[in-house]
Amino acid sequence: MAVPVSARPYMKVLPLLFPLAAVAVWAVCSHNRVFPPGSVPSPMEVAQGFREELVRGRLGDDLVASLFRVFTGFTIAVLAGLPLGLSMGLQLRLRDALLPTVNFFRNLSPLAWIPFAILWFGIGDVPAIFLIFMTTFFPVIVATAAAVTSIPKVYFRVADDHGLKGAELLWQVTLPAIMPQLITTLRVTAGLSWVVVVAAEMIAGRDGLGFLIWDARNALRPDLLVVGMIVIGLIGVAMDRVVMQLTRIPSVRWGYEK
Amino acid sequence: MSDEVLQLRSVSHRFGSVDVIDDVSLDVNHGEFVAIVGPSGCGKTTILNLMSGHDAPTRGSIERRAGSRMVYQNDGLFPWRTAGENIMLGLRHVLDPQERDRQRRDLLALIGLDGFADHYPHQLSGGMRQRVELARALAANTELLLMDEPFSALDYITRLRMRHELARMLAQRPHTVVLVTHDMGEAAQLADRIIVLTDRPARIRREYRIDLPRPRDLTHPAVVRATHDILAEMGLEGCGANGNPPGSEGLREDSGWTGVAAAPQTSDGGRLR
Repeated sequence: MAVPVSARPYMKVLPLLFPLAAVAVWAVCSHNRVFPPGSVPSPMEVAQGFREELVRGRLGDDLVASLFRVFTGFTIAVLAGLPLGLSMGLQLRLRDALLPTVNFFRNLSPLAWIPFAILWFGIGDVPAIFLIFMTTFFPVIVATAAAVTSIPKVYFRVADDHGLKGAELLWQVTLPAIMPQLITTLRVTAGLSWVVVVAAEMIAGRDGLGFLIWDARNALRPDLLVVGMIVIGLIGVAMDRVVMQLTRIPSVRWGYEK
Repeated sequence: MSDEVLQLRSVSHRFGSVDVIDDVSLDVNHGEFVAIVGPSGCGKTTILNLMSGHDAPTRGSIERRAGSRMVYQNDGLFPWRTAGENIMLGLRHVLDPQERDRQRRDLLALIGLDGFADHYPHQLSGGMRQRVELARALAANTELLLMDEPFSALDYITRLRMRHELARMLAQRPHTVVLVTHDMGEAAQLADRIIVLTDRPARIRREYRIDLPRPRDLTHPAVVRATHDILAEMGLEGCGANGNPPGSEGLREDSGWTGVAAAPQTSDGGRLR
C-alpha cells in the first residue's frame, strides 16, 4: 500500500513554512522600524498581549461566547433550513413559490440586519445568534433544494421498485443521496457564520472575539487586535477541519471520489 | 411451457402529442428470453415501463401474471450502500434476518463477488456493479426480469463477458426475461425470440426465433446470421438477393435459426423461410 500524500512527514511541516517565514519577515521589519510608529505591533508585543489575555482569562471567555453563538445559530438554521430545502426540492410548486424570496434574502448581506438585530434583541447572545441564523438559513435552503433536484431519477425508480415509501424513502434514499453536497454546504456556511459572528459582536456584543477586536481598537492596543485576528483565523481553520471529518464517513465517500 | 407471463394486446402509448408506441401485441411465455431491439429513441424503454406497470398504456391492455424486477441501464445501485447492502434491498421481502443473510451470501457467490460485500459501488468496476445490480434484481425472486440495456454502459470486452455471466446465472436461476437492447449481437446471443421494432412510433417490424441453447458464441454461425438479418432488416447492412450473408447457404437447415414474419405490414417477411 502506498503512503497517502497527506501522511508523508514533510506534509506536516510544509503548511507551516509560509506562516513561519511571514512571522520572521514581520519580526525583522519591526526590529528595523520599517513600519510607521504605532501602526504595526511587533511579534513580541503580540506575544505579550496574548499572555496578558490568557492570564486575565478573557480570551477563553470570548472564545466560548463566540463559539456558542455560532453553534446555536448554525444549528437552528440547519434544523429549520434542511426540511424546508428538502420540501422545496421534492415539490415543484413550493420551490416556484418560495425560491425567489429565499434568493432575495440569501443575497441580502446579513450585516444589513445588524440595526434591526439590536433594535429587536438588544445586546448580547441573541442578536448574534439571529445574525448567524440569517447568514446560514437561506444558503442551506437553496443548497438542499438544489441537491434534491439533482438526485438521479433512477434512484427513485429503484426505491419505488423495492417499495420504499414515506419516512423510509427519506432516510434511505433522499437524505443519503444529498449527503455529500450537504456536507459541502455545511462547510461553506459554517465558515460564513464564523465570519459574521465577529462583525455581529463588534457592534452588538459585550464579549466574544469580535468584541475583543473592537475593545482593543478602542483601547488603542494594536497588539491585542492581532491576538484577536490570529485566534479567529485559527479557530476558523479548526472548525473547517472538524466539519471536514464528515467527509470520511464511508457512506458519503462516493460523493468525493469518482 | 406456453403459459403467458405477459400479454400485450394492441398496446399504444403517447406522451403528450407524440405517439411512441403504435399497436403492439406480444405474448411472453413462461421461461422465455425475449429481446426487443430497435433504433434508439424508438420507445423500447417505454415498452418496459408499460410492462412493469410503471406507466399505463394510452390504449390497449397489458396483462402481467407475475411479479417483475427492472434492471437499469446506468447505475441503479445506491452509491451510499455497499454491494451487500444493495443486494439486501432486493431481499426486503425475506423477513427472517438469518435467511436474508444466507440468501445475500448465495447471491454474492452467484455473481462471483464473494469478498466484495463491503465494497461500495464506486470501488467496483463497471462489470462488477452491473453484476451486483443483477443480483439485486434476482434477489426479489420474481418470475419476470425486465432489463433496460443493462450492459450498454460497459466496455466491449466486459459486455461480452456479461452476456455469458447472464446466461450462466439464468441457467442456475431460471427467469422469464425481456431484454431491451440496441445491440443486435447481444440479442442474437441471448434471446429465444427477437422483436425488431420500427422507428417511432414503434411497431413490431419483425420477429425472429433462435432455438439454440445458451450460452452461445458471438461467432456461432446462427448468431452471426441472425445479427446480419436483423441489421439488414433495419437497413444497416447490405444484403444479398435473399438477405443472407455470403457463404451462409449451408447453415440454414441445422442452425436453429428461423425468421418469423410478425405483422402483416412486413410484406417481404417471408424471405428467410
